[in-house]
Amino acid sequence: MPSRRWPEAGLAAALLLLGLAILLPASAAGPVSPARQAELRHLLIHDCGSCHGMTMRGGLGSPLLPSALEGRSDALLVEVILGGIRGTAMPPWAGEITEDEARWMVRLLRQGGLP
Amino acid sequence: MIARRGLLGAAALAAGTLPLRAGTAAAAPAPALRGSGDLGLVIERASGSILLIETSGRTAIGRVEGLGDLSHAAAVFSRDMRYAYIFGRDGGLSKIDMLRGALVARIVQAGNSIGGAISDDGALIAVGNYQPGGVKLFDSASLALKADIPASFGGAGARSKVVGLADLPGRRFAYSLFDAGEIWVAGLGANGTPEVQRFADVGRQPYDGFVTPDGRHYVAGLFGEDGLARIDFWQAEPRSQRILEGYGRGEEPLPVYKMPHLRGWAAAGEKLFLPAIGRHELLVVDRRSWTEIGRVATHGQPVFAVARPDGRHVWVNFAHPRNDVVQVVDTLSHEVVRSITPGRAVMHMEFTPRGEQLWLSVRDANRVDVHDTRSLERIATLPAQAPSGIFMAARAVRIGF
Ligand code: HEC
Repeated sequence: MPSRRWPEAGLAAALLLLGLAILLPASAAGPVSPARQAELRHLLIHDCGSCHGMTMRGGLGSPLLPSALEGRSDALLVEVILGGIRGTAMPPWAGEITEDEARWMVRLLRQGGLP
Repeated sequence: MIARRGLLGAAALAAGTLPLRAGTAAAAPAPALRGSGDLGLVIERASGSILLIETSGRTAIGRVEGLGDLSHAAAVFSRDMRYAYIFGRDGGLSKIDMLRGALVARIVQAGNSIGGAISDDGALIAVGNYQPGGVKLFDSASLALKADIPASFGGAGARSKVVGLADLPGRRFAYSLFDAGEIWVAGLGANGTPEVQRFADVGRQPYDGFVTPDGRHYVAGLFGEDGLARIDFWQAEPRSQRILEGYGRGEEPLPVYKMPHLRGWAAAGEKLFLPAIGRHELLVVDRRSWTEIGRVATHGQPVFAVARPDGRHVWVNFAHPRNDVVQVVDTLSHEVVRSITPGRAVMHMEFTPRGEQLWLSVRDANRVDVHDTRSLERIATLPAQAPSGIFMAARAVRIGF
């Protein structure tokens, strides 16, 4: 999988994380504000939805329903969201989503029931 | 299921002055006759509804609900311009009576669908499906299934996602197989069985396709490589040829956050304006030689580029996250003559049949805007629920729409 990642995006993600690590005390890592949650939900439904389907049942992108993600670890899914999958239509989102936010999106996907 | 809430058309109809209304005062007003040439519809993707519009007064005349998952929905029109067929993401195929503002038939024909087309004689509706991958043909009157054509490839039972389905003259449809790298042309033979012509090795991952306005060429955009595939159906032995190979000049493309849509791509006079996938550029292509004659640097990665019907301008919208802007390109100078910022998530643009108005949808602002295409100024705005595609009934008379 790592070989299929976008190198620039991986770098961007790393820099971003580094930045976060410097700026935030460790205890602050994790929470995503309610306002940002609403934005991420909107992004997931509409912009991820343009490839994965608004209800995550799949389209050009694979289904992201809870059952489809069962065999995937959180870490892998977060990596895919931030770094994309090279050679496929899945783009890297590290430029606009932090690792904490990606983790929050994975939780939302695992809950299902979107939109 | 069908709500005709806010059917403003009813009021407009009742107010019409028809000679036939000389009945008794007690009689209910008869609905006035009207044509459908100035009608259209707006997909409201989040609420599974469509807004019916008319472009003479620039108003909404009704809403039809209960159409399922309309993300990525598209519409085609019957040849009499009365009925719209809506293709939903969830495999739904809905037939709408534009004049009565009512859903008249609806089926769910697949698990996951991408779009459709109507045959030149108006008799067949074709739907392209991702899941299960293939094309189905339906009778346009009854929506009865006429043929099921799986997009099988590779022998081991694999089926490809189908993209870029468009009508060809002669009651046929052309489409691309994303996973197989093939283009197929399908129709019904004399005895009603499907006839399929396959073009293999057209290029890696065709992501969408379109038919030129003369019905002569089918062109598929390739995601997996720099270039497009083109078939000339006027030749005795049509074959697929690569065009614009290596337009990226070996440079790494940018990540693509939204696939360009090729149907309705801009044929303006002797030129075509095509998206350079993964780039902030339009490619300008000579329609006779199919070679590149220029480029237009744009605000973002183009999603739609639509030519004003007279071909003088091309309007372009862009992929997330640069999707708050549309640009107007001069087709003689290849320059951007105006950038407009309607708001976040401009999803689609559609001209009126003669091109004096352009309608565009601003999803996140829940708004549809109408622009005068000479002054380029906004002249009207209508509320709509998360609007995406806009489809005018006059598409009925155009090849490849
Ligand atoms: C331009 C199309 C496109 C967009 C937009 C897109 N994806 Fe994807 N995504 C894909 C494709 C195609 C795949 C499957 C790649 C493959 O073949 O392995 C994929 C795969 C994935 C996977 C891996 C699924 C699995 O089963 O391993 C996840 C998770 C994912 N996408 C999440 C997202 C999220 C979250 C967003 C929005 C922030 C998003 N995608 C936006 C096209 C897209």
